[in-house]
Amino acid sequence: MLPFLAYALAFLFVPAGEVIVGAFKNAHGHATTEHIRQIVHQPYRQQYWLSIKVSLITAGLGCLFGLAIAYAAIREGTPRVVRTVVTTFSGVAANFAGIPLAFAWIATLGTIGIVTKFIHDHLGYDIYGHGFTIFGERGVELVYLYFQIPLMILVIAPAIDGLRREWREAASNLGANSWQYWRHVGIPVLMPSFLGAFILLFGNSFSAYATAYGLAANGIALIPITIGFYYSGNVLSDPHLAQALAFGMFAVLAVMMLIYVPLQRRSARWMR
Amino acid sequence: MRRRWIAPSAIVWLVVASAFFLIPLIATFLFSLQSLQTNKCCTSAAYSLIIHSHQFWHTIRLSFVLALETIAISLLLFVPTVYWVHLRVPRFRPVLGFMALVPFVVPPIILVVGLLNLYKGAPSWFYDKPYGFLATAYVILAFPYMFFSLDAGFRAIDVHTLTEASQNLGASWRTTLVRVILPNIRVAALGGSFLTLAIVMGEFTIASLSTFQTFPTYIQFVNETQPYEAAALSLLSFLIVWAAMLALLFVGRGRPRPVQVAATR
Repeated sequence: MLPFLAYALAFLFVPAGEVIVGAFKNAHGHATTEHIRQIVHQPYRQQYWLSIKVSLITAGLGCLFGLAIAYAAIREGTPRVVRTVVTTFSGVAANFAGIPLAFAWIATLGTIGIVTKFIHDHLGYDIYGHGFTIFGERGVELVYLYFQIPLMILVIAPAIDGLRREWREAASNLGANSWQYWRHVGIPVLMPSFLGAFILLFGNSFSAYATAYGLAANGIALIPITIGFYYSGNVLSDPHLAQALAFGMFAVLAVMMLIYVPLQRRSARWMR
Repeated sequence: MRRRWIAPSAIVWLVVASAFFLIPLIATFLFSLQSLQTNKCCTSAAYSLIIHSHQFWHTIRLSFVLALETIAISLLLFVPTVYWVHLRVPRFRPVLGFMALVPFVVPPIILVVGLLNLYKGAPSWFYDKPYGFLATAYVILAFPYMFFSLDAGFRAIDVHTLTEASQNLGASWRTTLVRVILPNIRVAALGGSFLTLAIVMGEFTIASLSTFQTFPTYIQFVNETQPYEAAALSLLSFLIVWAAMLALLFVGRGRPRPVQVAATR
C-alpha cells in the first residue's frame, strides 16, 4: 500500500503537479500568468481549436459507426461467430495505434500508397490532384477512426447486450412499433453509455500524439504535436510555455472526466 | 418477431466495416513487398533487410525487456496493494479507482513533460537509462489497466475466507500472498500483463521525447529512408498486438470479459 502510494506520488502526481505549477512560472521561476495568457492567443488558440475539432469529429463519427457496427454484429439474426470475430478484432485494432498505424495508412493512401495508385491506375482518378492528403487534417481524422470505431464497439457492446429482448417483446405486445420502441426504450437506455463513450473517445483522440506525429510529423498543428515539438528541439527558450500548453490540455481533459464519471455511474445501472 | 436470418442492413454495415479495417492491412502488406529499385511487386527484400538489421534486434529486444520489467514492477507494486485494500481497507477502493483515472487526465505527452523537468538532475543510472526512466514511466501508463484487471480478479474471489484459512493453517503473510492469493488471481494478473506488453511494445510518445531508441522509435527512424521496411515493421507491430490480445482472450476464456484497451496513441 505505502510503496504504491509513494510510487504514484513520485512518478504521477508530483510530475503532474510540476506541470501545473510550472505553467504559472516565468523563466526566472517567479509566479506569473504570462504563459497562461499566451496560450489563449494565436497561434495556440487555433491549435487548441484544431485539436478539439479533430477530437469532436472523430469521436462523433466513431460513436455513430461503432454503434452501427456493434449493433449489426450483436442483433438477433447475426450468427454468434460474427460477434466474436468483431469484438476480437476490435480489441486488436483499438490497441493498434501510434507510429505503426500511421505508416500502415501512408502505405495505403500516401502519395505512392497502394490504394492511391490503384485508384489512379484503374479508375483514372488522382486523389492527390483533387485535394486529398493523408498528411492533413482529414487524413488524421480518417486514421484516428481506425482506433476510435473499435474502441466504441468494445465500450458499447455491453450496453447493447443490456437491451433485453423481453423489453422489445413487451413493447410490441403493448402495440409499439419499431420506431416507438427505439424512441421510448432503446435510445433512453443506451443514451448514458453513448454519451459516456463519446467523452471517452474525445479524450482518446485529444491526447493522441504518436499517430499524428507519424502521419504528419510537425506538419499538423495539434496541441500535443506542438508540445512535442518544443521538447524534442532541445532549444526551448522557455520550458514554461510547453508546461502552460500541457496545462491547457490537462484542463480540457479534467472537465471531460468530470462529465464522464457521473455518466458512467448512470449507465452502469442497466448492465448488471 | 424473432429474426431467423441476418438483417440486410447488418450485412451492409459489416461489409463496409471489413473493407475499412482490412484494406489498410492488405495494402501495407503489398506495400512492404515492393522493391526499392523498381517500386514494383514482389520481393521479400524488406523482410530480409529487417532480420539482418542489428538495430532491429537491438530495439525489439530492448522493448521486450522493458515490457517484462514494467510487468514485474507493476505486479510487485499493485498485487499487494489491491489485496490489502480488498482485505483491510475496502473504503479505500473507490479512492484507488479514482487514482486509476488520473492517467487519463495526464496522458503520456503531459506526463513526459513533467517527468523530464522533475528528474533532469537525477543520477544518470536512472535518467539516462531506458531501464530506469522509461520503465518507471511505463509502470504509470500500465497502472489503470493493471488496477482494473486486478480489481476485477480480487472481486471474483473470497479474499477474507482464503486469507483466514491460510493463516489458520499457520501460513505467513508472504506464503498466503504467493501460494494462496496469487494462484487465484492468476488470470487477472496475466490479463493485465498482456495488456502491459502491448502498451510497452508500441509506446512512442515518452520514448521519443526522452530520446531513447525503442522498437516504435526505430520504426519511425527506418521510415525516414526506407518506407517499405517501415511498412513491414508496422505489420510486425500489428502481429505483436494480435499475439498479446489472443493471449489475453486465451487465458481469460469462459470468464467475464477483461479490460481490453490500453494503447497509447
